[in-house]
Amino acid sequence: MRFASHRDVARAIERGVRKAGVPVAYSAGFSPHPRISYAGGAPTGAASEAEYLEISLTRRCEPASLGRSLDEALPDGIDVVEVAEVDGKSAGLRLEASKWEVLMPGVAADAAQRAVGAFLATPSIVVERLTSKGMRKLDARAAVLALSADRHVGPEQAAGCAILRMVVQQMTPAVRPDDILTALAQFSAPAPAAPPVVTRLWQGPMEELGPIDEVAAEAGMATTDTLADEPVVARQKDLQ
Amino acid sequence: MPVQSVYPMLEKLLPLVRKPVQYVGGEVNSVVKDWNAADVRWALLYPDAYEVGLPNQGVQILYELLNEQEGILAERTYSVWPDLEALMREHGLPQFTVDAHRPVRAFDVLGVSFATELGYTNLLTALDLAGIPLEAAARGDEDPIVLAGGHAAFNPEPIAEFIDGAVLGDGEQAVLAISEEIRAFRQQNSTGGRDALLMRLATRCGVYVPGFYDVVYLADGTIGSVAPNRPGVPRTVGKHTVTDLDSWPYPSKPLVPVAESVHERVSVEIFRGCTRGCRFCQAGMITRPVRERSITTIGKMTEAGLASSGFAEVGLLSLSSADHTEINEICTDLADRYEGKNTGLSLPSTRVDAFNITLANELSRNGRRSGLTFAPEGGTDRIRKVINKMVTEEDLIKTVSTAYANGWRQVKLYFMCGLPTETDEDVLAIARVAHRVIEAGRAASGRRDIRCTVSIGGFVPKPHTPFQWAAQCDHETVDARLKALGAAMRADRGYGSSIGYRYHDGKPSIIEGLLSRGDRRVAQVIRAVWEDGGRFDGWSEYFSYERWADCAAKILAEYGVDLDWYTTRERGYAEILPWDHLDAGLERDWLWQDWLASIDPDGAAEVEDCRWTPCFECGACSTTGTQIEIGPTGARLLPLTVLGRG
Repeated sequence: MRFASHRDVARAIERGVRKAGVPVAYSAGFSPHPRISYAGGAPTGAASEAEYLEISLTRRCEPASLGRSLDEALPDGIDVVEVAEVDGKSAGLRLEASKWEVLMPGVAADAAQRAVGAFLATPSIVVERLTSKGMRKLDARAAVLALSADRHVGPEQAAGCAILRMVVQQMTPAVRPDDILTALAQFSAPAPAAPPVVTRLWQGPMEELGPIDEVAAEAGMATTDTLADEPVVARQKDLQ
Repeated sequence: MPVQSVYPMLEKLLPLVRKPVQYVGGEVNSVVKDWNAADVRWALLYPDAYEVGLPNQGVQILYELLNEQEGILAERTYSVWPDLEALMREHGLPQFTVDAHRPVRAFDVLGVSFATELGYTNLLTALDLAGIPLEAAARGDEDPIVLAGGHAAFNPEPIAEFIDGAVLGDGEQAVLAISEEIRAFRQQNSTGGRDALLMRLATRCGVYVPGFYDVVYLADGTIGSVAPNRPGVPRTVGKHTVTDLDSWPYPSKPLVPVAESVHERVSVEIFRGCTRGCRFCQAGMITRPVRERSITTIGKMTEAGLASSGFAEVGLLSLSSADHTEINEICTDLADRYEGKNTGLSLPSTRVDAFNITLANELSRNGRRSGLTFAPEGGTDRIRKVINKMVTEEDLIKTVSTAYANGWRQVKLYFMCGLPTETDEDVLAIARVAHRVIEAGRAASGRRDIRCTVSIGGFVPKPHTPFQWAAQCDHETVDARLKALGAAMRADRGYGSSIGYRYHDGKPSIIEGLLSRGDRRVAQVIRAVWEDGGRFDGWSEYFSYERWADCAAKILAEYGVDLDWYTTRERGYAEILPWDHLDAGLERDWLWQDWLASIDPDGAAEVEDCRWTPCFECGACSTTGTQIEIGPTGARLLPLTVLGRG
């Protein structure tokens, strides 16, 4: 499902909800829609193990059984991992940070590590992205809480190439993994031989991350520490 | 040789192509069976993009039916866009199915469903990418049997050299019979090889195998004869007709794509065939006689479809849905059943004179009042009589007025340009009709913001219709009339902005004409166009008239014929038509009489609908040994009790 756009996924979920007979509430008005809302969707081309949505119901349901019937009704590749009941009055989901994994086919781990080191040593790196509202500037560095490059260990052909792991803070405008890759390219990170494979592993509130140093150490990630020089500007077209 | 999924290789290419999710499969209601547990395996190809091919009901019916059978497996494949085609060639990736990403060449049968002739170049791409020789005569025992089906298969002569066989008409029983035959053939050690299998399909399964017929041409370019070149093969091949459609309630588990597709709803075919006798309409003519599904079955299929898919809309499909003998009960009962469940109902094809406001209200109870669509097809009463579409301008104005008065805001009207005996005035009259519609609509609704969209394209004479002898209108005339019509509609500022105008140029229609009424010589034109890069001819971004015209000119000159010969030339009674040896169930003489009646200088004669009036002996029932199957059954739908779900 990494190739599905957010709209594709939203449509599939809407249908899954109907098929599973979930008692979803509908909006009022001329053209009623099921009340399903999404927070922090992953960009097209990224897979995710941590997407969140809220469904408003017309009556209470037992979360686990709703999860099972919805999961069964969804197409392959979209799976329900967990369902929790949310009080209508609560603050809702706080998706303040994400953990991403980016596989870089054909890129050697040590070259990637050098680029990561240089990236982290720079306090601010502005990149540009072409959006529907025109070119926008983003500080790719400011959003990164932790970043590391390792050698990918796995059965596929990509084994042995670089794999980046990053913890990114949710900002507005959102900084995406491809923005961080664009920034890395300025530090002589080699270009991958095939498009990078991006997967979101987790998203949630900041306090669940714990102290950044601990998180990073646990995951074998390097964190930021040293300040340095001028910001570097890079340009990128929005791939959406 | 083990058959493996090509997905690992495909996955690497997907980030590089547009709309990659269309190639991924895994749709709700997609079926992947164990390869080794089946002994007959079908790959079903719809030769157009996934978004068009996926909702196609013909493919979905056969897909579900075949997969239900023990020992039979069916998977789907669609045309890949040129960007993926290029990458597939570069990386040696073969044409694959989306269900399990298996190579198409590994299957026993490649069934190709042609709703339109413009898919012919895409057929060649699929064969080539699959590694199947383009020419049927060059295929060996390891290659699948390539069978064509769908409406265009009623004249498969232009692609005769690329297909092993064609199945005319309904596919449900035919595919089961073909599967049985293949199984039996294998059990007998495939004695005689491919040729023997084709012989069995031709003699026992009603499959038309073009290779068993030779075509001889006369000096003037027309056909001298089409005759079997071996004993045992029938002189004419008939179509398949399934009776009692209640026994074939497919599809009941519609495929639900993740990618966008052109129709996103449960489609329930409420009847097959049509008795209205519109002279231009191939679909109506070749699917006779009418066979209705009962209200009870329609109710069951609707519920099964919604429950298994999660779609929010149901379309009740047929060639003229309001003609179903129980349509009012069907609409009322379905609307009652789904009241408050946010499920929309639609009746996509309704004739102006059969439409009634009760129907429209039932249909809009559960959803929005989207637009209504009607197809007057011609701009004047005179031309409508020629095509036997018995709708007067008054009928049309009355109907749209009622619609607007009841809250509908948008009406779409379909027309054709280039009909036989048409004059400039017939087309210009459409502007007047559109103005009257707006005027009536404003008066009836009390609002100025109602709209009407006129959609018009070039008429293409089709095989097995009374117009199969007609001269197609040349594209210059069509384009000139369309342009004049646009100007006329815009001319009156009072109405101009309330009228939308959509039209198709005359040139693509001429190529469609070449392919619709072409013979075997046209195959070389298709091949040449394809080799020159022709793809997706049904899409204006890809279609190139110049390429087709150039290839046609070069190749056909050798035979002393040309593009005009196939399109704008009127045929005579005695000329052997390329499809005369294929029987759609209609008496040739009856078609000829109907043609003469339509062009009678004293005014066309009208032919009534045999559902309601006595039979006029078109031949459909007698030649196929079937009868018109209609209700009413008098049954009603009971409300559903939903027993605690979710």
